[in-house]
Amino acid sequence: MSENLLAPLTALGKTVPVIKKIGGITISENPDLAIVSLSARMGTEQDLQNLLKPLLGACLPGPGQAQFAEDITAIWVGVHQWFLMASLSDHPDYADEINNFVTDAASVTEQSDGWAVFDITGDNLVPLLERICNLNSKAMSSGDATRCLIEHLGCLIICRESVRNFTILGPRSSAASLHHTFVTAAHSVA
Amino acid sequence: MSQKNRLDGGQIDRNHRLSFSFDGKNYSGYAGDTLASALLANDVRLMGRSFKYHRPRGVFSAGSEEPNALVELRSGARREPNTRATVAELYDGLEAQSQNRFPSLRFDVMAINDRLSSFLSAGFYYKTFMWPAAFWEKIYEPFIRRAAGLGHLSGEEDPDDYDKGFLHCDLLVIGAGPSGLVAAQTAGRAGAEVILAEEDFTFGGRLLADTGLLTDQHANDWIAEVVGELSNLPNVRLMTRTTVFGQYDHGIFGAVERVTDHLPEPPSQKPRQILWRIYAKRTLLTAGATERPITFDNNDRPGVMLAGAMRAYANRWAVAPAKEVAIFTNNDDGHRTARDLNAKGVKIAALVDSRADAPTSPEFEVLSGAKIIDSRGRLGLKSVKVRLQDGSVKDLTCGALGIAGGWNPNVHLTCHKRGRPVWNDHISAFVPVPDSDPLLRVAGAAAGLFSTHEALQSGADKTIEALKDLDISAHLPDLPQAEGAPVNIAPFWYVKGGKGRAWLDLQNDVTVKDIKLAHQEGFKSVEHVKRYTTLGMATDQGKTANLGALAILADLEGKTIPDVGTTIFRPPYTPVSIGAFAGRSRGKNFRPYRLTPSHKWAEEQGAIFVEAGNWLRAQWFPIEGETHWRQSVDREVLAVRKSVGICDVTTLGKIDVQGADAAKFLNHVYCNGFAKLPVGKTRYGLMLREDGMAMDDGTAARLAEDHFVVTTTTANAVSVFRHMEFCRQCLWPGLDVQLISTTEAWAQFAVAGPNSRQLLQKIVDPEHDISNEAFTYMACGEITICSGLRARLFRISFSGELAYEIAVPARYGDALIRRLMDVGEEFDIVPYGTEALGVLRIEKGHAAGNELNGQSTAAMLGLGRMVSQKKDSIGRVLAGRPHLMREDDYRLVGLRPVYAEDTILSGAHLMSVGDPANAKNDQGWVTSAAYSPHIGSSIALAFLKKGENRHGEVLRIVSPLDNMDIQITVTIPHFIDPEGVRLRV
Amino acid sequence: MIINHPLLGPRDAQEFVYLGDASLIDRPDAMAETALNDFHDYLYLRDNPAGSHQELWFHEQGDRSWLVVTRDTASHEITHVELAVDYAKRRGRDR
Repeated sequence: MSENLLAPLTALGKTVPVIKKIGGITISENPDLAIVSLSARMGTEQDLQNLLKPLLGACLPGPGQAQFAEDITAIWVGVHQWFLMASLSDHPDYADEINNFVTDAASVTEQSDGWAVFDITGDNLVPLLERICNLNSKAMSSGDATRCLIEHLGCLIICRESVRNFTILGPRSSAASLHHTFVTAAHSVA
Repeated sequence: MSQKNRLDGGQIDRNHRLSFSFDGKNYSGYAGDTLASALLANDVRLMGRSFKYHRPRGVFSAGSEEPNALVELRSGARREPNTRATVAELYDGLEAQSQNRFPSLRFDVMAINDRLSSFLSAGFYYKTFMWPAAFWEKIYEPFIRRAAGLGHLSGEEDPDDYDKGFLHCDLLVIGAGPSGLVAAQTAGRAGAEVILAEEDFTFGGRLLADTGLLTDQHANDWIAEVVGELSNLPNVRLMTRTTVFGQYDHGIFGAVERVTDHLPEPPSQKPRQILWRIYAKRTLLTAGATERPITFDNNDRPGVMLAGAMRAYANRWAVAPAKEVAIFTNNDDGHRTARDLNAKGVKIAALVDSRADAPTSPEFEVLSGAKIIDSRGRLGLKSVKVRLQDGSVKDLTCGALGIAGGWNPNVHLTCHKRGRPVWNDHISAFVPVPDSDPLLRVAGAAAGLFSTHEALQSGADKTIEALKDLDISAHLPDLPQAEGAPVNIAPFWYVKGGKGRAWLDLQNDVTVKDIKLAHQEGFKSVEHVKRYTTLGMATDQGKTANLGALAILADLEGKTIPDVGTTIFRPPYTPVSIGAFAGRSRGKNFRPYRLTPSHKWAEEQGAIFVEAGNWLRAQWFPIEGETHWRQSVDREVLAVRKSVGICDVTTLGKIDVQGADAAKFLNHVYCNGFAKLPVGKTRYGLMLREDGMAMDDGTAARLAEDHFVVTTTTANAVSVFRHMEFCRQCLWPGLDVQLISTTEAWAQFAVAGPNSRQLLQKIVDPEHDISNEAFTYMACGEITICSGLRARLFRISFSGELAYEIAVPARYGDALIRRLMDVGEEFDIVPYGTEALGVLRIEKGHAAGNELNGQSTAAMLGLGRMVSQKKDSIGRVLAGRPHLMREDDYRLVGLRPVYAEDTILSGAHLMSVGDPANAKNDQGWVTSAAYSPHIGSSIALAFLKKGENRHGEVLRIVSPLDNMDIQITVTIPHFIDPEGVRLRV
Repeated sequence: MIINHPLLGPRDAQEFVYLGDASLIDRPDAMAETALNDFHDYLYLRDNPAGSHQELWFHEQGDRSWLVVTRDTASHEITHVELAVDYAKRRGRDR
């Protein structure tokens, strides 16, 4: 798919990802994330776990959790439902890849383009996060992942490193509003 | 100008002199001052005019309960009316104006109201402005607003930023007096996550205003020590200038932090205030108490204030309101004020104590069993008149009077969940019911424990108790020794027998007489009295006034105060600016907006955008020379009919439905059948609500046996998904089906018009045959375009032309529309917006939001036969109710004007020609109307009674609102290609 | 309010969408002879207690679970929360 003649844009409508440094906080748009949703078919959850264990090196994560493997991140998004994420450049047809892998054990849906992905890093992101969402961000540790509400938008927030490194996925069409929220909040706390 | 009322000592920074102005006159004060303390230091007692009678008024309190000293702070766009001078922190260059006066504070023409007071008594508005009703909007309301308003808004946009945030803690401590400080210390040492919120700009609460020692330390040193310890604990968050204004369910609190209100203006990109939503597992209310006055005739003159406030001004701010003061008290606390002022060198004219057995003093004269019955001094107090115990009357010269009527615990937050405080005889005040709320405990003066010793002890005890709930063990810290004076009070509320006006609620100008009048007129319940007299309303919410009124009611009713009852409090505790509630949600960012993948390209084309929900959609694309939107829209419509057009339809909801039972599931949610839809085909589907009314429509494309893609209307994308999840989880949990929204993931474009296939053939990769034979009407499939980009193609049509919808991953949407425009040049391709989309669908007779308004049945839409009777689908049963199956019900029809030049507007109603235009003759209404360039006239869709049998009839449509009354011909609802030939070529 | 989600723990009610009485789960048999009356009662006749009430909430800004929340409508006290899918199965909806 990467060989086609059309040029993609990032969620913020640019040809290159937008990166903002505000005080000690860096907000980077990450367009290189392939995302698929994986929903266990009825009664196949155990089959799915068995299938994916070699890939993840662990079980699929439970509620509110993420599992980080070498080049895959899995997060729980709902009952019997997960997102798998990997580098888009390494996995340009990730949904097909996973679909072929899990066959009838799960329903697989391409989600890469449904989301705007922002990596936020800094020495202490708690002051920023407490301005934008109702989670107890101070208490989040690596591997916590949950959906939450940011500026009226349903977002997924993944803690990669406690206090210092978070990934936030928000609806792609509202990338500009979401980015505005991050940037103004960062200025406010910087 | 010198600060002639400044005393020695105090907690102000004399090395940091600040200049400020009030009503254009310049003064100076010190860092640590409030506007009120600085004005008093400069011998300014007159600070405002009262709400109704425009009486001269001065500062009454030293805190957020202030009823009188309301000013306009700052100027220009930052002008802020009704700011309490008692909590406005002084900064260099502060500008303040008095309000509610004209032309000046000292001479106010509206003071005439004061002379007319006998006409302006309780219920005045209700009695006077009753009739005629037509006068209300034009005469009465503007008059009342002009006469009775307080400050004025700037009328300009607020230039400052506001923010919002969320905090979590184990223990929230509200108020940082002795109780709150010890609570935070106890919890902080135990390792609990603590938030200590204080509305003042410095910690200490009442300790700042008093002089007692804590063991052998000055209170300030003890405060500094505790705050120092707390600020070193990472689990304790100290927040000054933060008012917790509301308690909500399950431990949620609202608080506003005034981050930069104390600066002339906020630093760039920093918020002025932050609205915090605090999630607290446990909360301790240590909000202290508010003093209350004793009421007597003319008790509202500038210089009359609460005694505790007078003490606070002297001790904390080193200010005496006058050189000579008198005190009027019914309890021992008034003596403390007199002692402290006397010690500061302020002359005590006399201490007037209503108790016959009042303690005496070697330092000043105490008049026991005496009452103040009147006062003098128009713009400032000059003397008070005292009736001594023996009945004789004596004048006391004084520039200020401190009144000590006892203290009311600040129970406000305990009432926000409808908690009702109870009467405590010992302190003659309402206190929270002890241990009534496991989430919110109360300590210190807020619980009616007034001595410093009790405050410290209860603060620690209640904290240990609260943390125990959370399995956190905490230990009693070494508490400093502090005064433990018992409360000695003999309730005394108002001086009876006065002939003048005695003010209860200073802010609303409610007098003792008003309460009596209200009672006499039958308003006997406290709630009624409050509303009839306006007692306890406005910015101070009657913090100093309410109990006095209750006491009078109790007298009139011959009951005790607790028997009369009390009004309870709602949030907010003190006023919160609207800006704080708005936070970042302003202007363009009032709410998040959604952009389509072609947005940037459309902007480049000069498209006009329209908000559709949160989406911004291109409404039309004007080209050079077009001066009216109709020119653009007509051109776009004709181009689609003639050759090909392209429209971004990404906004339609898309739901991925998979699973072995996917088809079975869709059979339940759609009223028409999907089980037999072949793979590679799309079908129109209509969803009903369970009551049988149409809910939404769209298409379902079967990509595999166990995989469908469902589309919804733009507006219902979210609610349909929610509904389908309800069906899946709650109604048919035994089906193997999985749902996920993919609305955002695909950029989807409608490509419509006779040349649409030829256009698409230029980008679809050659291995995919999309000829009419291979890819028939309603076909769907996964294809690739532009050398390998995966895409989905649906042969569906909203316009009535040969048409497709093509979807690619959203990131390629921009490139795809540019490519389509490039390769479409030879077909004179046009982009079209939502207006043309609307015209095309009306010409074709497709129902949309205007027709699917929640009151339409499938039968009304002409889709009655679609409702399959062979299966159980949502809404099928109740759609079969006789009333909804009536033969004479409304049916969708088309309308054309009899005279082509007439314009049909939607909303108009249908009548027979010759019938009077009234509801009785109403036969239906126009749902959608447009100018059809294809027909060459206005056309419309409408619901008409028995419409399907009335094609060809001439009727009249009437819209008095639009001044429209024209004749139309009823037609079938398809103005183009009713047989659907164009779709299939 | 705070709803104690059975999987995700305490979450702010602002993340949820309210639907109403959990009796909506007990959808009548659409093919029964009495279906018309049954559906009428199902849709229009509800108890409206001032007190304990089982109701449906959708965790729209969370895991998209429908929950059955037992809430006191007078005090807002929430005494029980469970996944609606479990509740529905218990009431035989999967048969």
